[in-house]
Amino acid sequence: MSAAFESSVPTVSASDAIVSVRGVGKTYKGGFEALKRIDLDIRRGEILALLGPNGAGKTTLISIICGIVNASEGSIVADGHDIVRDYRAARAAIGLVPQELHTDAFESVLSTLRFSRGLFGKPPNAEYLERILRDLSLWEKRNSKIMTLSGGMKRRVMIAKALSHEPKVLFLDEPSAGVDVELRHDMWQMVRRLRESGTTIILTTHYIEEAEEMADRIGVINKGELILVEEKHVLMRKLGKKQLTLSLQQPMPRIPEALSGLPLELSDDGLTLVYTFDAQSDETGIASLLRRLGEQGIDFKDLRSSESSLEEIFVNLVRKPKEERA
Amino acid sequence: MNIHGIRAIYRFEMARTFRTLMQSIASPVLSTSLYFIVFGAAIGSRMGEIDGTSYGAFIIPGLIMLSLLGESISNASFGIYMPKWAGTIYELLSAPVSWVEVVIGYVGAAATKSVMLGLLILVTARFFVAYEIAHPIWMFGFLVLTSVTFSLFGFIIGLWADDFQKLQVVPLMVITPLTFLGGAFYSISMLPPLWQKITLFNPVVYLISGFRWSFYGHADVHIAVSTGMTLGFLVFCLGIVWWIFRSGWKLRN
Repeated sequence: MSAAFESSVPTVSASDAIVSVRGVGKTYKGGFEALKRIDLDIRRGEILALLGPNGAGKTTLISIICGIVNASEGSIVADGHDIVRDYRAARAAIGLVPQELHTDAFESVLSTLRFSRGLFGKPPNAEYLERILRDLSLWEKRNSKIMTLSGGMKRRVMIAKALSHEPKVLFLDEPSAGVDVELRHDMWQMVRRLRESGTTIILTTHYIEEAEEMADRIGVINKGELILVEEKHVLMRKLGKKQLTLSLQQPMPRIPEALSGLPLELSDDGLTLVYTFDAQSDETGIASLLRRLGEQGIDFKDLRSSESSLEEIFVNLVRKPKEERA
Repeated sequence: MNIHGIRAIYRFEMARTFRTLMQSIASPVLSTSLYFIVFGAAIGSRMGEIDGTSYGAFIIPGLIMLSLLGESISNASFGIYMPKWAGTIYELLSAPVSWVEVVIGYVGAAATKSVMLGLLILVTARFFVAYEIAHPIWMFGFLVLTSVTFSLFGFIIGLWADDFQKLQVVPLMVITPLTFLGGAFYSISMLPPLWQKITLFNPVVYLISGFRWSFYGHADVHIAVSTGMTLGFLVFCLGIVWWIFRSGWKLRN
């Protein structure tokens, strides 16, 4: 864990946390260490996005919490129940939508939902299942065999299955993988509705846009380590950089000597000058830059400032070596 | 106890059985009918009685066992292997169900199917040969016990297998030869003395012998030994399944 973010990692009290992960590690047979002593508290009612490159350990972490994979070390408490000692109560509180479209091809949509609800120990409830299917625009397809559905619909069936036993916590592992833009936006809306109804949601994603759009907090996993967990807006403020882009009147062959000490970049065509500054600092250096540009006789026709996106922050984080992040 | 969970698994598996009715029921019944025609009617008519029973009637328990063992293993192994293969096992592993509930659901459904099949073969046999059942309750009890035990064995094979070949190899290469050599078509007293001793190492001998006793009241080995051996194998299989779920072997690693 990066020292800079240690204070921001599990700061919630046990009563706030619906899932508490303590020192969880996983080493697969053959010695591959997929997770390195993860500590994480997931707050009741929040949307937490776990970001990380392929193979970072996101799915392993989710799989351990849900009981699919045994952890090599550490402990997890879900909804107040240890996931090993009191697995029944812990698992009953959790719903999982895995990344791959694993479905029973020959089953109908409604029967697979009934199966899932029963498997999780809930008595039949036709009204509840109808509501889920209607919410996910699947009611018309309730008697169709799953094999006849499109990829997007199958994804929705998987979500419906995960919701069929009324879980308090929903894990969505790459929910937007292979889903078109329209369905992705529908899904975002559904996730928001779920959160409003009190469900805690943890999603892993490759789409930074998705995390930026929906998450309350962001966790970044890289090479089996939880690099940070932070409120989304705090993260963007802490790690975000602002840039001032100046469109020049005349192309400039190179950055003049007098400006060489400043964090400036010149475009290849010499017409755009980009100045990077710390968004948090009171002294941005913009006034000084503009004065010095005037002294050098460099005119510009336009200027605009922009903030780095979550994607840039993320790429920056996972590329930096551990020491640098600290 | 998660009764809803057990019911969900059981219903799911039984629905699969009825979806594949031809493969599940019709095919074993057809192949058993062919055995009756060939061994019972054609060859059997030239054979003498064995322990006072006509050859056609003598082979009925053995033929039922032949189908029962193969089908119990293949139903149960396929039942748990398919979710592993298709990836839908994630749901079972993340559900609040214990290994006992999983076993009751899957093995219960596979055994139900086997018992149905056994009774169906028994009815089919009536069209070819006349027979009587001396101890019907024992017969049914043995039918159920064998179905449950070998469904459990099949369940273990399904958990162990990581490709379709492994799924087939045990029923095909182990169970079928053991059944053929276990007295399905003959009494072991017909073998030379040395082979009579060797054949006692074949566990299927005890199943067929016990089952045959429930029909005709005589057997190669005592009914108590047959029942004891079958129950012993059942407990052994339960121990293996318990260990698999406890350790997560091939499931949670």
